[in-house]
Amino acid sequence: MTNDDLIAKLKTIVAPYIQDEEAFKNLSEDTDFVSDLKINSANLVDIILDIEDEFDIRLENEDMEKMLDVKSAMEIVNTKLSA
Amino acid sequence: MKNRVVITGLGIVAPNGVGISEFTKALKSGKSGITFHQELADLNFSCQIGGVPNITDAIKSEYFTDLQLRGFNSSGILYGCISGIDAWKDAGFNMDSESDLDYDTGLIFGTGTSGVEKFREAIYKLDEGNVRRLGSTVVLQTMASGVSAYLSGMLGLGNQVTTNSSACTTGTEALLMGFERIQNGKAKRMLVGSCSDHGPYVWGGFDAMRVMTYKHNNNPESSSRPMSATASGFVPGSGAGALVLESLESAIERGVKIYAEVLGGEVNSGGQRQGGTLTAPNAEAVQRCITKAIENSDLHADEIDVINGHLTATSKDALEVENWTKALKREGEDFPYMNSTKSMVGHCLAAAGAIECLASVIQLKEQFVAPNINCEDLHPEIEALVNREQIPTQKKELNFDVIAKASFGFGDVNACVLFKRYIA
Repeated sequence: MTNDDLIAKLKTIVAPYIQDEEAFKNLSEDTDFVSDLKINSANLVDIILDIEDEFDIRLENEDMEKMLDVKSAMEIVNTKLSA
Repeated sequence: MKNRVVITGLGIVAPNGVGISEFTKALKSGKSGITFHQELADLNFSCQIGGVPNITDAIKSEYFTDLQLRGFNSSGILYGCISGIDAWKDAGFNMDSESDLDYDTGLIFGTGTSGVEKFREAIYKLDEGNVRRLGSTVVLQTMASGVSAYLSGMLGLGNQVTTNSSACTTGTEALLMGFERIQNGKAKRMLVGSCSDHGPYVWGGFDAMRVMTYKHNNNPESSSRPMSATASGFVPGSGAGALVLESLESAIERGVKIYAEVLGGEVNSGGQRQGGTLTAPNAEAVQRCITKAIENSDLHADEIDVINGHLTATSKDALEVENWTKALKREGEDFPYMNSTKSMVGHCLAAAGAIECLASVIQLKEQFVAPNINCEDLHPEIEALVNREQIPTQKKELNFDVIAKASFGFGDVNACVLFKRYIA
């Protein structure tokens, strides 16, 4: 999967939770889930579950703690997919 | 000096009508909201009928964001929020997520239990060892104060925000708690009400107790028969009712419409003594609750024109009527008009008090007595106490000033409130 494909998939996953449309439109690797997209931090848990379902992977508590922006999400998903 | 308290907003989600105009129409025409539920039959319920408000997905989307509706499975919170938002708008306010925090308005919204279907979902996942996959909203949807948490955030309320719970007394108690807070100057406005989930997981325990009727699965509309000789148990209902209580001063200052004045009331408990049990009332405590409510309202018993009773359609209806006759020292043709909203909506459990307080206020404002449907055959024990005409089976136009509403609940708890017509 190319990075662009992955970003597109992540974008679809986070769409229901975002509170900042502008930041969402300009979503890139550097976008932060909470400070840029204004996602309620409680919803990060739901995003993790949606990512698990989409990619058929399992994310551990340690992965969750690191997954705060698009870049870290991509790294973790790529690591899991190649494992 | 204590503040006078009036009602400036109403919102209702009832089995026989959603919204004030639809519910008012239903009350006037004696419309039943009881229907057959295949789900209950499939689960081997004795009672396979119930009252469930009609809330479409389109209505849900008017009140909740798509995000709020993700994984949402709590009908009580759904009903509570819709009724609360409607009452708030009816009182002349907006729902605006950017609104200033309103420290002058609080919220007391009761329930018996919250999000039982969501809880069931969670238990299944949890028992499979999948606690990590519950998602973020199980706590919010299943905590008793979930409805208050959702609603206060939607409206930006900054005074006391809480949830009370006292079985079938809940809604009437919530109203009196809010009333006292305004009366004592702790808040200008209180949004009060109560809600109850629908469905087998709330109703099952009652079915097991054999207190719900099993004789009307084929004729749901005539199933709920309070005060009737052929009453054979209550019919379960669900929904929510909400009222905006406001100091008279604040209501006049804002120049808004006033539905009625809350004169006062009383809450007490029979302590499961003198015949009272977990499920049966202590008659003396019921009578005391009514007389104290009248005393606290600076009224006399003979000033009560109409009673909206608790009257569930069990064998206890006659005892309730007897309690009223003793508390008021009025009987026969001297007895006030009396009705039971449950004949149309069933017993909405924790939501009953609020839904029936609304029914009372609407009758007072619109000057009519709603019909007791399914009560053509008045129970002989009741007919021995009061005149047949006092329990109308057809809508009755009536110019009147005071209506009493009482609710009684498991645990031997009681609440009674008096509403007076407000004429500016």
